[in-house]
Amino acid sequence: MTHAIDTPRRRIAGAALSRPRLGRWCAALVLALIVLTAIAPGLFTSGVPHEADPLAALRAPSGAHPFGTDAIGRDVFTRVVYGARHSLVAAVGATVLAVTAGTLLGLVAGLAGRIADEIIMRLADITLSLPTLLLALLVLTITGPGTLNSIYAIALYTAPGYARLVRVQSMVIRRSGYVEAATALGLTRARIVVRHIVPNAFIPLLVLATIEVGTALVASSSLSFLGLGARPPAPEWGAMLAGGRDYFSVAWWIAVFPGAAITLTVLSITVVGGALQRRLEGLDPSGGGRNR
Amino acid sequence: MTATTRRRLLTRLATSLVVIWGAITVSFCALHLTPGDVEDAIVGTSIVTPQVRAQIVAEYGLDRPLVAQYGSYLGRVLRGDLGHSYQRHEPVVTAIASQLGPSLLLAVTGMGLALILATATALLTAGRSRWVRGLASGAELVGTSVPMFWVGILLLTVFSFQLGWFPAVGGDGLTGLLLPAVSMALPVAALLSQVMREGLERVLHEPFVLTARARGMGDTAVRLRHALRHALLPVVTLAGWLFGLMLGAMVVIEKVFSREGLGGLMLDAVAGKDLPVVMGVVLISAFVYVVVNVALDLLYPLIDPRLQEER
Repeated sequence: MTHAIDTPRRRIAGAALSRPRLGRWCAALVLALIVLTAIAPGLFTSGVPHEADPLAALRAPSGAHPFGTDAIGRDVFTRVVYGARHSLVAAVGATVLAVTAGTLLGLVAGLAGRIADEIIMRLADITLSLPTLLLALLVLTITGPGTLNSIYAIALYTAPGYARLVRVQSMVIRRSGYVEAATALGLTRARIVVRHIVPNAFIPLLVLATIEVGTALVASSSLSFLGLGARPPAPEWGAMLAGGRDYFSVAWWIAVFPGAAITLTVLSITVVGGALQRRLEGLDPSGGGRNR
Repeated sequence: MTATTRRRLLTRLATSLVVIWGAITVSFCALHLTPGDVEDAIVGTSIVTPQVRAQIVAEYGLDRPLVAQYGSYLGRVLRGDLGHSYQRHEPVVTAIASQLGPSLLLAVTGMGLALILATATALLTAGRSRWVRGLASGAELVGTSVPMFWVGILLLTVFSFQLGWFPAVGGDGLTGLLLPAVSMALPVAALLSQVMREGLERVLHEPFVLTARARGMGDTAVRLRHALRHALLPVVTLAGWLFGLMLGAMVVIEKVFSREGLGGLMLDAVAGKDLPVVMGVVLISAFVYVVVNVALDLLYPLIDPRLQEER
């Protein structure tokens, strides 16, 4: 089952490790800036994302508007800055939800006996054998479009991956010496799970989750671009691209900057996640296992 | 075929059946989980006469107990009847078949380009100097971080709107196909070439490569005749995952380039809450995924003869 946690992005992140340290620190700095932008967008721009100035519509990038203006004269730079919050909240939200659900399912599968294990793992097999985007579309057909619903949809198809990781980890940890010692000392089952198994399974989980926030960001912005996640007036990056579609032919800056923001964020998340992964594997040889 | 291979195949087949049954069950639950009456979920947002409503109740057996409904649903799906699209006024199978052509063309071209690009990059850069490899893996890192729809938007902006080399919307034949296929291929190629170079570099350190070189074989011949075959193995294991990626890519790319195809069909169905169409596409893709994986298991010992003895 080692290939279960071997998602393609994890592979790439693993390969990014041979990169010099400088790149890693740059990525960490960029990521820190993006997170700061999401927390306090007011630090980076004095503008308001919804403020329209029809007289200044479709202006090319200049000193006053570094990223230009869109079709109704909103400042693209301000919208990209404010978009960090909208976009990251969706990606992080979906990941947190998936990690939580995946951890619970994985613990039950790993510790509660064979029948529970079989049921949960077969459910995971079914979910993982449906193409991810199609599964999200199926969910969104039932629930209807929207930011929150797209978060649920993404969480639904990423949770099984975490469940598999936690299951394997909890099985390995359960057979380890210190859990045996804890059992011998007469600790209750619940206490062993909470105090020993969860913390030890948590670090590899956290590293995987960091990398997968990038995947979730691509997924949520794609859904917004398709008109199924955040809707156009919101300055979410994917929604901005969807809303600006009709003007790409006359204003390249509308097409370029929101997408560049997505790419830069995913890139820095991947590099930082890869560095964390290497640290983890360097410190803990048994932790999850290097690909192959 | 050894006993272990046979057992492995049987396990795989059993798992596949569970997966297909699970997918059908999931879609049955999807119908019944939708808030409101099941007829409403099937009809979606289209307006139908009471007669059509009565017909749906009869067709799905909605007046019967849930277990009986489930049984008849399972039976119909297994016979290949995926229901009726009430938005398009035609059977789901017909709707899918009518949109399959352009999507298949796009997918095959895109994946073909990706494979060629990835193989070439991996062959040219594996085991070369630090600079070449750094450059290649840097490009791959960017390629895998870029959302596919934005690649499409960028290519469209540069080559259609700025340079005017390609039609912006639709377009027949090769000119209309090239940009969408390239947008699909670039991110996929970045990923594949990463995997392939990793494989090639591992193989280039193997003793048999040294033997080949000692016999006086040139570098190009070593790479093409000996190393490539090994580097392709991990790519084959990714095939099932690639198929899923391709389906998702189709939806996004067709939207960017306003192309006809399954993606448009799906998005219209999602917007119109036309559940039978969405479920139909999901069920078919689950089925194809399973077939692809079983076929791979059969092919694997042929590609890698070592597997016939081991395991």
